[in-house]
Amino acid sequence: MENYEPEIVAFCCHYCAYTAADMAGSKRISYPANVKIIRVPCTGKVDAIHIMKALEKGADGVYVAGCLEGDCHFKTGNARARLRVARVQKILEDLGWEKERVAMINMSAGMGERFAKTAFEFTEKIKSLGPNPISQGKIEVQAVS
Amino acid sequence: MITAEQKPMQEIIQYLAPYSKILLVGCNECVTVCAAGGRKEVGLLASALHLNSLKQGKTIDIKEITLERQCDPEYVEELTSYIDAADAVLSMSCGCGVQTIATRFKQAHVYPAVNTKFMGASLSQGVWAERCQGCGDCMLGITAGICPVSRCSKSLLNGPCGGTSNGQCEIGPETDCAWRLIWERLKELGIEGRYEALVDAKDWRPAGGAGPRKIIREDLAL
Ligand code: SF4
Ligand code: SF4
Repeated sequence: MENYEPEIVAFCCHYCAYTAADMAGSKRISYPANVKIIRVPCTGKVDAIHIMKALEKGADGVYVAGCLEGDCHFKTGNARARLRVARVQKILEDLGWEKERVAMINMSAGMGERFAKTAFEFTEKIKSLGPNPISQGKIEVQAVS
Repeated sequence: MITAEQKPMQEIIQYLAPYSKILLVGCNECVTVCAAGGRKEVGLLASALHLNSLKQGKTIDIKEITLERQCDPEYVEELTSYIDAADAVLSMSCGCGVQTIATRFKQAHVYPAVNTKFMGASLSQGVWAERCQGCGDCMLGITAGICPVSRCSKSLLNGPCGGTSNGQCEIGPETDCAWRLIWERLKELGIEGRYEALVDAKDWRPAGGAGPRKIIREDLAL
């Protein structure tokens, strides 16, 4: 399991993290290919169910990357996103899963390095947690059949 | 509105352990407003239950449906076409909805997914507080619009107890003393004279003391 390559979904705000990812690209700063970006018009658009569905479909980790606190283009989108991430973390805890599989991250559009760094750090964290627990179920099913 | 909160996840999981086909039913009224059992919560709970069973290598079939009102037989009837395919029904409405389903579908194993809490009002987004206990003989007309039955911890009807401290209830500083609120508002309205009028011992029969209550409107019961 040590060397598995996690699948990570990153919901990135168009105005900051998505632009920061672009910036990382144009500066030739590499970040792990594990991170699959979904561009959203604002992290306030990301609802708890979107994060849950990503996990249900097998993502090993999910993060929401929005503007710096107080800098949301729609005023409170990133603050709401933070609360929704916390809600999903609570659900995961209630299920006995690691809540660290989901996270909220803040950055500005100019932070290409930070985008790459957080992508790298989050990937490492998920690697240390191991694959999405639903893979345990798949292994058990295979063992039985 | 009637307020509710989702039950602990593990309690729900235990209820459902013997079943694999679940009809998960939300309600579009009170529990939608207090974010306990509307369409969104139905989706989230279904997703959490899926994660849980996938981890165990089991498949769980969850049919999600949110009715206009679960406490109304007319809407509960809409479950007829799904009920036979389900091993169990998990209801996210208040206790009234759960019972309406259990009454209509005699064979169905019905479980509540929320704890019904109280009749309350919204103080701000995400905050609800108890405001009425349905005593059946409303006193708000003589208590300046503040309910002593639901908001005084002892449901005192003739002024505060000796425990009121700095205007707060003796159960804790985060609870306003209802009688302090009533007094202040009577004064503000310039009708503090009403405070002197004693209220007779309350008849608690309309409040439920005479058994389960019912309203029959002959003009509507057709
Ligand atoms: S006095 Fe009775 S009916 Fe009126 S708000 Fe209080 S509990 Fe409800
Ligand atoms: S302190 Fe006020 S609210 Fe609390 S029990 Fe006494 S009278 Fe009722």
